Amino acid sequence: MSAITDRDLGPGGIRGYLAEFRRNVLRRHPTMAIGGGLLILMILSAILAPFLFTVDPIALSPIQRLRVPSGDHWFGTDMFGRDIYSRTIYGTRISLVVGLAAAVLSITIGLVIGMTAGYIRLLDAILMRIMDGLMAIPGILLAIALVSLSGASLITVTIAITIPEIPRVVRLVRAIVLSVREEPYVEAAVAAGTRLPLILIRHILPNTIPPLIVQATYVCASAMLTESILGFLGVGTPPEIPSWGNIMAEGRTYFQIAPWIIFFPGALLALTVLAVNVLGDGLRDTLDPRIAKKM
Amino acid sequence: MFSFIAKRVVATIPVMGVVALFVFLMLRLSPGDPASVIAGDYATAEDIERIRAQLGLSEPIIIQFGNWIWQLMRADLGISIFSNLPVTTLIAQRLEPTVMLSLTTLSFSILVAVPLGVLAAWKAGTWIDRAVMIFAVVGFSLPVFVLGYVLIYEFSLALRWLPVQGYKSPFEGIFPFLHHIILPTVTLSVIFIALFARITRASVLEVLEEDYIRTARAKGQTERKVLLGHALRNAAVPIVTVIGLGIALLIGGVVVTESVFNIPGLGRLVFDAILKRDYPIIQGLILMFSFVYILVNLMIDIFYTVIDPRIRY
Repeated sequence: MSAITDRDLGPGGIRGYLAEFRRNVLRRHPTMAIGGGLLILMILSAILAPFLFTVDPIALSPIQRLRVPSGDHWFGTDMFGRDIYSRTIYGTRISLVVGLAAAVLSITIGLVIGMTAGYIRLLDAILMRIMDGLMAIPGILLAIALVSLSGASLITVTIAITIPEIPRVVRLVRAIVLSVREEPYVEAAVAAGTRLPLILIRHILPNTIPPLIVQATYVCASAMLTESILGFLGVGTPPEIPSWGNIMAEGRTYFQIAPWIIFFPGALLALTVLAVNVLGDGLRDTLDPRIAKKM
Repeated sequence: MFSFIAKRVVATIPVMGVVALFVFLMLRLSPGDPASVIAGDYATAEDIERIRAQLGLSEPIIIQFGNWIWQLMRADLGISIFSNLPVTTLIAQRLEPTVMLSLTTLSFSILVAVPLGVLAAWKAGTWIDRAVMIFAVVGFSLPVFVLGYVLIYEFSLALRWLPVQGYKSPFEGIFPFLHHIILPTVTLSVIFIALFARITRASVLEVLEEDYIRTARAKGQTERKVLLGHALRNAAVPIVTVIGLGIALLIGGVVVTESVFNIPGLGRLVFDAILKRDYPIIQGLILMFSFVYILVNLMIDIFYTVIDPRIRY
């Protein structure tokens, strides 16, 4: 992406600049625009779920069990006669909330631990050994164990998904801190007597932001996948809250006669994860052109 | 080189210690009373007390930790609450299908992904390259179980080419084994093919810019030898690293794939343990899989020093 100079702001002012930015993003990074657009669509449908021609997602209707997709039930119905379209649209909420929460939480915690490890040599060895150990534990099994110990709720599921994502963020932040602290401007700040908290906030932190934004999208995608796997295995959010994972779990037994119960939430999950990943790739290309050329 | 290997082996001890400590603390520090969560909603006070005793939660925490380490040193992973059998016995019974599925998946994905990645790097910027990259992004986003069901629907239910579910041991005949393992392998491989192809492309692309590649081409070396002899050989280190890191991903994928295809392996053991709230099994499998992960990555690190003498830690 070309550098933005005052000239670009030109006579159109900030509005002209925004228009220019939109044109640039669409032209140079069409995939990012598609990913971002899809994601906005998903967020909107999660918020507006009650107004999108949905019915009560947990309303039972025994007469209408296992109906094929039709004009009445766009995605068909399940073994209790619940409308799969409504359940899937409401399920979007769980996926997005868990994905976003896991991304924000793991980035925040990872940032704090990573900066500490990068700056305080004494703690570095200890913290990094803990992270190595945590990384060796398979994330899904760790999440399964945490949820089966503390009971399944939206909060425990989110925490269980967040913990295994932290070590990778810590490693990333630590690596950036270690390289940035050798930069001349940081040494200059140290020589000028700037105090440590100020150095961390003013000089180190800004360098971690672009890679962390990219990392956040990958954490979000992976968290949404893990959430659906937990739901599918029966350790996700409680069954009375529809999530893509538990809709699919309920469809398992009926797969041969009613495959739509699994296909529709599955397709939406794949599409959402793809949107987040594509957005992440686009952001990486924009924010770090050096890596972009290679990947 | 041997002092390096010795150092690297010793370095795994603290990591294993952290894993053991973490798994130990997980049961003790989780909010609420784990014994009553594990016992379930309809448990009596005696049930909860029995489970507490079985998990070793009644003694002082220091003694508990001592017992825990001593137990692990003897490779004792505890007793299953539901079946009362040692967890190690249960794992041994279910080991074969998981090992087989992991091996077929790893070999299949490497066999497909590395040539794809090399091809994409060689033809960088062309439609072949773009197709491989699109596959890599899409493949990495496909949830394993959704893909599994789509493949079952197409190849087992619609075309009737392959069995819907189940597993046959290769020791009872190689053909039935292959017949049953094809779909699970392909399902689980897609994400790895995506990952490995991408990293192969990136590493080969980087090596292709090196001076010695230009030299090789200038002296009239065939393109085949440039790609395989020079580029791929030097790109091996990052590829092998990603394969090592992929082991963690593989373990999660195996659990899901086995429950989709009803394969009686370790993943199925996890799934059944969740349904029966059999925590010692989940805990034992975490320890075992972490151990495998540490061991595989240790072997990969040692392998580096063999293929690339420049690498020292």
